[in-house]
Amino acid sequence: MTRTAALSVAASFAIFLLVWKAIVVIGGYPPFILPPPESVAARFVQGWTDGVIAPHAWSTLVEIALGLTVGTLVGLVVGYGLARSAAVERVVSPYIVAAQATPILALAPLLALWFGPGLTSKVVICGLIVFFPIAVSTMVGIRSVDAGLLEMARSFRATRRQVLTTLEIPAALPSILGGMRVGVTLAVVGAIVGEWAGADRGLGVLVNLARGSLFDIPLMFATLVTIALLGIALYLVVVVLERRLVGVR
Amino acid sequence: MTAAAAVAAGGRLVASGIDVRFPRRGDTPLDALQGFDLAVDSGEIVALIGPNGCGKSTFLRVASGLLAPDAGTVTLDGDAIRGPDPRIGLVFQEPRLLPWRSVADNVAYPLELAGWPKERRAARVAELLDLVGVADARESRPSQLSGGQRQRAAIARTLALEPRVLLLDEPFSALDALTRERLNLEMLALWARTRPTIVIVTHSIPEAILLADRVVVMTPRPGRVAAIVPIDAPRPRSLDVLDRAVVSDAAAQIRAHLEGGETLAA
Repeated sequence: MTRTAALSVAASFAIFLLVWKAIVVIGGYPPFILPPPESVAARFVQGWTDGVIAPHAWSTLVEIALGLTVGTLVGLVVGYGLARSAAVERVVSPYIVAAQATPILALAPLLALWFGPGLTSKVVICGLIVFFPIAVSTMVGIRSVDAGLLEMARSFRATRRQVLTTLEIPAALPSILGGMRVGVTLAVVGAIVGEWAGADRGLGVLVNLARGSLFDIPLMFATLVTIALLGIALYLVVVVLERRLVGVR
Repeated sequence: MTAAAAVAAGGRLVASGIDVRFPRRGDTPLDALQGFDLAVDSGEIVALIGPNGCGKSTFLRVASGLLAPDAGTVTLDGDAIRGPDPRIGLVFQEPRLLPWRSVADNVAYPLELAGWPKERRAARVAELLDLVGVADARESRPSQLSGGQRQRAAIARTLALEPRVLLLDEPFSALDALTRERLNLEMLALWARTRPTIVIVTHSIPEAILLADRVVVMTPRPGRVAAIVPIDAPRPRSLDVLDRAVVSDAAAQIRAHLEGGETLAA
């Protein structure tokens, strides 16, 4: 990042904090409705140093990592099938769309019932929500592969596997990574929703605890900040991956 | 490969009775080629010329094994062509380079597909880039090159596996006239090295005459051979070939056959 870019990011964050503080002061809100930024910051630091947040953040991160992996792998395979076979598209796509159109919030309690309160249900919920953008972006990416390039590869007697690895995957990569950007942020949503539907650990659980039995609203805000930072970090990982893999074209 | 070895390696391409029909939804099939016969000798350069849509490019796709004809066969030195063959190289109208690869890696592509080890590939690519004159651009992306350089890279890629037959589908039609002339002359110089058999599809009578031993004039759809005009200009040829009397005779003949074809179509 250049110096000016870093400065503008810092400046926008400073304005965000100032507006927040101004709303608290002018509106005269009590801390249990909207705590001021400095007390959230203090609670955030304390929460991380006294070990309240870390174990919850770790289990959420594990759920996200596994859900993202499963959802991405299934999404890639199904997306390729959708792109290359009209039969697959006809048979499979209604179910995919139906699964995506049913709100994950409504589906989560059912999945929690089926897969139990442990890690599995979160991975399934997270994977389900990640799957869709990956499948669609893979389908679009593979379909957009230039027919002339495919013919060229065929004229050099490329095998199916060679066509996949040397032509289809590199050509579809920008589109797939676009789907990954959406996918990682949804993965965070999926994990939190899964935790709300029944769990004993995780950032989603901590939000509920802080709001309910602990009644520690600054901790709730500190947890929300942790969730947001997790999302931003994952998104940045994809952006960096994109720069490395796609780079200049 | 030495010239002697190249000649020994053959390269006689014979097409007989080729029919190609393209199915059309809710309509009778489109006859692209019907009873197309052509024999090209080893080391000969033949130009295919004809009106738009007469099946010139379709014939190249059949001859390169990309398209199976509905009837007839193409043989190379007696073997029927049943699919893409390493002895046959095809150069498309567009360069069709992989945009995410450097020029060198694009030229290496067929070698990679054929399983050549890395060091051998690198040596061969260096040779090819020198041969077509794009060695300076070896690390550039195709998008950074001029149209002429891109087509040179595409030709180098096709030459990588040393095909005995080169099929060129209007390879220079997207280039400006000067670049086109220069590439035509370079094409002749490349041909003189190993004397491959060349079939080039073109819309340009001067280009056909400059390059070819024989110019094959095709009828409008369905494509058949309307006439074969021999070009009796000595080799090596240069651009002043185009000013000679034999040539203007040949050009007049080709034009007459093309126009004859068009009246047939009307």
